[in-house]
Amino acid sequence: MKAIATALAVCTSFLAASVVLAQSQKSEKPPDTVAPKYDPAIYSELQKAPEKARNRTNPLQNDPEAVAAGAILFEQHCAECHGSSAQGGKKAPSLHAAEVQCATPGAIFWILTNGVVRKGMPVWSKLPEPQRWQLVRYIKSLGGPVPAVESPAPKP
Amino acid sequence: MVASFCRRVLLGFLFFSVHSFLFPSAALAQENPYFVAYDHYLEEPGNLEIEYFSTFGTQRGGNDFHAYWIEFEYGATAWWTTEFYLDGQTTFNDSTVFTGFRWENRFRPLNREHFINPVFYVEYENKNGADKILKEVEGHDVESDFLVSNAEARKEHIHEIELKLILSSTVKGWNFTENTLAAKNLSNSPWEFGYALGASRPLALKASANRCTLCPQNFVAGVEMYGGLGDRHSFGLHDTSQYLAPLLGWNLPSGWTLRVSPGFGLNDNSHRFLVRWGVSREISGFGSMVSRLFGGRK
Repeated sequence: MKAIATALAVCTSFLAASVVLAQSQKSEKPPDTVAPKYDPAIYSELQKAPEKARNRTNPLQNDPEAVAAGAILFEQHCAECHGSSAQGGKKAPSLHAAEVQCATPGAIFWILTNGVVRKGMPVWSKLPEPQRWQLVRYIKSLGGPVPAVESPAPKP
Repeated sequence: MVASFCRRVLLGFLFFSVHSFLFPSAALAQENPYFVAYDHYLEEPGNLEIEYFSTFGTQRGGNDFHAYWIEFEYGATAWWTTEFYLDGQTTFNDSTVFTGFRWENRFRPLNREHFINPVFYVEYENKNGADKILKEVEGHDVESDFLVSNAEARKEHIHEIELKLILSSTVKGWNFTENTLAAKNLSNSPWEFGYALGASRPLALKASANRCTLCPQNFVAGVEMYGGLGDRHSFGLHDTSQYLAPLLGWNLPSGWTLRVSPGFGLNDNSHRFLVRWGVSREISGFGSMVSRLFGGRK
């Protein structure tokens, strides 16, 4: 009985500590707004989309909920590599870049479907087609580059 | 019996508590609900998925059993996933035994998505004869193999290489997969063959604009069928066991996935009834975490 009580106490402490740690990690995380530099060649993958794929139109173009749904999907599946605001991360480039924002919805959809497997981006065809189009709507809604955060002036 | 059950529940609780403590950040998994079949989707690079699975099986002429395994699945690259398993089982009115480990690797040879997508699978198994997880059914595996007591069965050591060709397609939200299996016990045994077929689909294809746990897009339903195909000397369905199993998976936004599947034996050589369930959690950025621990780039 004593052993069970000890084990329960240890488990509960671990769980409590994990919740506190998760919260503190969230609050300590600085806003990731400075986009890391990426070789522009990475965006050339978009040019590899076949013409037929590039010319596809987004069937959810007029869906008023597509951007909101796409934002949730982005946070769940893409933010880990592309950054929480799609500003780019250690593993993947910014999606605010002109190359992405000027690409056709069809080209972005094609990249989502096929990935860039040899360069680390997995295929996302496991997301059903409507969800990939919702992601495209969100990505196209991001707009141009994120302005860099100015460092605070030193205190006198 | 009750004390043993309590101990296992406590161990499970301890495992997930420690796991939550060590890995507070999780990614939403978008998993298919298969237990035996594999699709062509690999683990995202740098992510670790920790999974616990159970199989309860009925046994004619013997004791029912509960077999379980823990699986650590790591996305080494976008084209290579590696997994490590630890297996065990409890046979009621007999004993609980550790039955061995497995190391599995899956490789995606093609860069792009095609109508049919192949994945190569290579696995090394180091297990004993008491293994009952039924992660795959091969050769002339039949229900009566499990009649041997654990004490006797665990004396047999099996070193096995298993190869699979996974062919998987996704069409209009449906995933269809076909796995062909060839396994060779590295002692003097012939090649054995088996198969698994699966189909699954999320209950909704469009994502909701609101965060939700019970939205239909978080549930994936499907069915899988698997069985042995004999060995090199006697290929075919003769003296093999065959199963059909409906599946349901629930991908929670918190990064957990729950799966459940009742399975039914399709012939007299099969266990009449299997119930499988599993819980898994995907941890994003595990590779980077380990890299930082050993002084990798910040």
